[in-house]
Amino acid sequence: MSSVCVENVWKSYGRQTVLERISFTVEQKSFIALVGPSGCGKSTFLRMLLGDEAPSKGRILIDGEPLMAEPSPDRGVVFQKYSVFPHLTCLQNVMLGLELAAAPRLGILLGRRRREAKDISRAMLGNVGLGAAENKYPSELSGGMQQRLAIAQALVKKPKLLLLDEPFGALDPGIRAGVHETLLELWHETGMTVFMVTHDLSEAFKLGTRVIAFDRRHTRPEEMEAYGATITFDLPVYHPVPKPPEIIPVFAEELDEKAVRYKAAV
Amino acid sequence: MRRLINQYPSVLNRLLLAVLPFALVFLAYAVASEARLADNPADKLLPAWATIQAAIIRMGFVPDMRTGDFLLYVDTMASLERLAIGVAFATVIGGIIGILQGLIPYVRAMMVNFTSVVSMIPPLAILPILFITFGLGELSKVVLITFGILPYIVRDLAQRTEEIPHEQIIKAQTLGASTWQIILRVVLPQMLPRLIDSVRLSLGSAWLYLIAAEAIAAENGLGYRIFLMRRYLAMDVILPYVFWITFLAFTLDFILRFTQRSLFRWMYRGQA
Ligand SMILES: Nc1ncnc2c1ncn2[C@@H]1O[C@H](COP(=O)(O)OP(=O)(O)OP(=O)(O)O)[C@@H](O)[C@H]1O
Ligand SMILES: [Mg+2]
Repeated sequence: MSSVCVENVWKSYGRQTVLERISFTVEQKSFIALVGPSGCGKSTFLRMLLGDEAPSKGRILIDGEPLMAEPSPDRGVVFQKYSVFPHLTCLQNVMLGLELAAAPRLGILLGRRRREAKDISRAMLGNVGLGAAENKYPSELSGGMQQRLAIAQALVKKPKLLLLDEPFGALDPGIRAGVHETLLELWHETGMTVFMVTHDLSEAFKLGTRVIAFDRRHTRPEEMEAYGATITFDLPVYHPVPKPPEIIPVFAEELDEKAVRYKAAV
Repeated sequence: MRRLINQYPSVLNRLLLAVLPFALVFLAYAVASEARLADNPADKLLPAWATIQAAIIRMGFVPDMRTGDFLLYVDTMASLERLAIGVAFATVIGGIIGILQGLIPYVRAMMVNFTSVVSMIPPLAILPILFITFGLGELSKVVLITFGILPYIVRDLAQRTEEIPHEQIIKAQTLGASTWQIILRVVLPQMLPRLIDSVRLSLGSAWLYLIAAEAIAAENGLGYRIFLMRRYLAMDVILPYVFWITFLAFTLDFILRFTQRSLFRWMYRGQA
């Protein structure tokens, strides 16, 4: 739901320049896939969007406002690992976001409000296919289930911007396709803007509405320190039919209705 | 023939091997004791089983002639009380400082050098200071135990807190958590089992400080009794007391381990 505007952003650690001259604008409800070789600064860029790191130069605007310099609930995140809390069950992991917002003191909800939060969280767990695992701890889940849990946990806060750092890197292809479906469905439903870092080009083109690549233009050893990676290509991706399975039943119903009305008229 | 590192004892052998060193120690004692007593029946250094047994009954199951108390019981209770209070204080204070030092950059900046310097002070060296300041009563003993194990608990817990993946702390913030909520819902629940581990590992030192303090100034307590009996060379009392202290320490450790396992099942799920 957020538009993002990146204005001539540079990032260096000490004398090492990691990113340079990064500028682009992203409309609301985009799905940006970020690709690039290892170490080129994709995670660093995501951390800047998150507010965990500040750009060395330039600035980032979200919905026209300079981005908050620390992580906030309008930006959800899923890391490659360690995204979920090991001491909470699946349901508690998802509920946490709701509890923190509603109970500023203790972060624990009781009574009716707890039941409501539980219902919302259960529905969200159902969305990612973890309905049956609500009482399991993360250590009892497979890698794919943990990542789906992390997505559910982030989405229950209804973020305007969702940041994913190689969320599916550890998943086998079969499970990965399933999680892709889930993610796309949720993206359509919520209309949030998504940034996803991936190493997998086919994944980037399958999910993204736009694929942005970071890479170094200068690769001679003596240039490595002074020059960072920048945008080397930026492609819109055309998805011919965004969501056929959901459109068809509605369409069919409409047809039925029309047929009924037609018959009545005759 | 497989390499030694790849050979595993069977269940029965494992049990036998585990018992073996204990059996050897007892055997060695029995042999040495018999030999000395054969030489000189009045020898006090390695008393016979019967003598030790009589001492156990005298200390544990017959009221003291002067006070009418069961001495072993009185000593145990006095020592455990000091130990419990001292360790409890160290746990609470150490838990709070450790978590804050590990999580909050301002607290870390202030405390990190201080705790490492304080942890280098040998606690027994300040025992005289404690006796002078707090008197010879209970307070100075409790303070010695607390002070003795506190630096370790603080440093251990601070380090464990720092080891919480940064991703988790970021994630909590994206879920809207304040610093206080992060402490309460993310850090503290994950640090409680670590705190128990930390306390378990410091119990050995806690006993050391307890016995040292009791040896120097007390009217009762396990350490007091042992050092009192030393004057009479009463090995028949000292040996069972040492045995009893070991047993208590082992039991405490077991209880803590068991509590941790049953309270924090999330740590152990899915590992089998
Ligand atoms: N905190 C830091 N201090 C110093 N250098 C850093 C820091 N974080 C990242 N870097 C450097 O920045 C560069 C980019 O790191 P980053 O993690 O963003 O790469 P990446 O594109 O995400 O790589 P990968 O695909 O392997 O995850 C690396 O060369 C790394 O050494
Ligand atoms: Mg990365």
